Amino acid sequence: MDDTGKWLPVAEIAEKVNAGELKAVDLVERSLKIIEEKKEYDAIIATTAERARERAKQIDERVKSHEKVGRLAGVPFIAKDNYLAFGAETTAASNILKGFNAPYQSTAIERLEAEGAILVAKANLDAFAHGSSTENSDFMVTKNPHDLTRVVGGSSGGPAAAVILGMAPFALGSDTGGSIRLPASWGGCVGYKPTYGLVSRSGVVAMASSTDCMGPMTCTVDDTALVLDVMAGKDDLDGTTIDRDPAGYTLNGARLDLRGKKIGVIKEYMGEGLQPGVRAVIEAAIQKVKTAGADVREVSLPSLPMALAVYYIVCPAEVSSNLGRYDGQRFGYSYPDAVNLEESYTKSRGVGFGKEAKRRIMIGTYVLSSGYYDAYYKRAQTVRTKLINEFNDAFKDVDFLVGPTAPMTAFKIGENVNDPLQMYLADIMTVGVSLVGSPAIVVPAGTSEGLPVGLQLMTAQRQDRSLLELAKATEELLHA
Amino acid sequence: MTNLSREEVLKLAQLARLSLTDEEVEEYRKELSEILQYVEQLQAVDIDGLKPTNQVTGLTNVMRDDIVKDYGYKPKDLLKNVPRVQDDMIKVKRMIA
Repeated sequence: MDDTGKWLPVAEIAEKVNAGELKAVDLVERSLKIIEEKKEYDAIIATTAERARERAKQIDERVKSHEKVGRLAGVPFIAKDNYLAFGAETTAASNILKGFNAPYQSTAIERLEAEGAILVAKANLDAFAHGSSTENSDFMVTKNPHDLTRVVGGSSGGPAAAVILGMAPFALGSDTGGSIRLPASWGGCVGYKPTYGLVSRSGVVAMASSTDCMGPMTCTVDDTALVLDVMAGKDDLDGTTIDRDPAGYTLNGARLDLRGKKIGVIKEYMGEGLQPGVRAVIEAAIQKVKTAGADVREVSLPSLPMALAVYYIVCPAEVSSNLGRYDGQRFGYSYPDAVNLEESYTKSRGVGFGKEAKRRIMIGTYVLSSGYYDAYYKRAQTVRTKLINEFNDAFKDVDFLVGPTAPMTAFKIGENVNDPLQMYLADIMTVGVSLVGSPAIVVPAGTSEGLPVGLQLMTAQRQDRSLLELAKATEELLHA
Repeated sequence: MTNLSREEVLKLAQLARLSLTDEEVEEYRKELSEILQYVEQLQAVDIDGLKPTNQVTGLTNVMRDDIVKDYGYKPKDLLKNVPRVQDDMIKVKRMIA
């Protein structure tokens, strides 16, 4: 850690551990201490303290015997509780998975551990990642590090708060319609949604499989790039994974020269619904990018206002299918007094699932049911094609797209819990790129009335490396 | 204008194998109707000549060799999470009357 009490850059921590200048056991203790001190934010569901201490000891011993441990040697991290991991239960913040002990770990965590990283805790989320505020967690609501009366966003609210509060140098989130980017914006950290398929989904509790993406949440773009570099690439256990960029993702000082780069400001995201304070921060950020020499222009994606409607058909449809496996027979909660198999199914699911999971299962069942499939699901997937075509056209004219992450800053806890549609609207600026499969990153851009506002940057599929280089250049401009 | 009836909600719950309380049925009837009204804006979009997208990176039929790999976990590890086990088998309620 540096003089201000913040964690050092991830690469530096690992370097010092490998050199014997820092001890993994001390890093783990520091992490666990901060988790304990900042309990009131309800970011953490459970720690993996015992296993983490054991792993730290082993890593220190390997260093002592002059073994090179890896690029993340001794670096503590926190995973959203929908990542299967050893050392604590995996619940996805749902009652129905309470008591579930993962028999194997997610590929992402396996790859991080292979480089010496140490999982210290599992973080809170909206149950099954269904939500925008973590208020749908079956256990507790994660508070915003800047204001205890506000949400930090969701569904990766726990990992966001954990990173911002300094509980670990990095965290893992999952992003299906904005679940990494929204809390990154509302909490004030870097949040990355890679190209669809770049990070394996194996061993992460499935939500909507056609848009589920795994990604890091960190304090800096450099840390995000390194963590992504370790996780990215094909995995035998996930048939949708894609090849990594041969150039890798770590930046090692690389940043984009903004001069002459074509950057499109998304017209549809800068309209009337944008909170004035958010607009001010975003416009100021864009101005800085322009001043640095970028060729900034307005770009219109006319179908973008339809993206949320597409998403709230496609997502519940896939959710209803993915949650079919919770039947009370093989794992998870099982209703004890069922008289027959049918009742065992319906009661285990009816009692075990929370409100939002049931709401999405019902919508999904409706849009997939016979007689409605064509009008809803098939039509939504076709409008999705239209959206993809518009993004592809845009990327013929510009290298990157830029805009806000959400129309507003973090709302008060409880403000939207009784209005699901209002809650869904928080995702209106993040779902578009999710449906298209392109990468997107959120970089802290400033504050409005003391609450963080994140700038969202996007590019074409598989251009993750150049997006990270742009984010790095932007981060430097914004924090200069 | 989609306005779900109580019967439609109960039918959906039955299809999804969800037991719902009376309050939940009424709550979901209202909320689902609202959500479905919101997504109805898609009916006005011109999608002539377009095909639906199910996979965004263009992959089709990803195959792998059919060989056994050892991932280090055993059936008994998986059975640990099962609510009711008998003789290393998952025990369920009678299916055939």
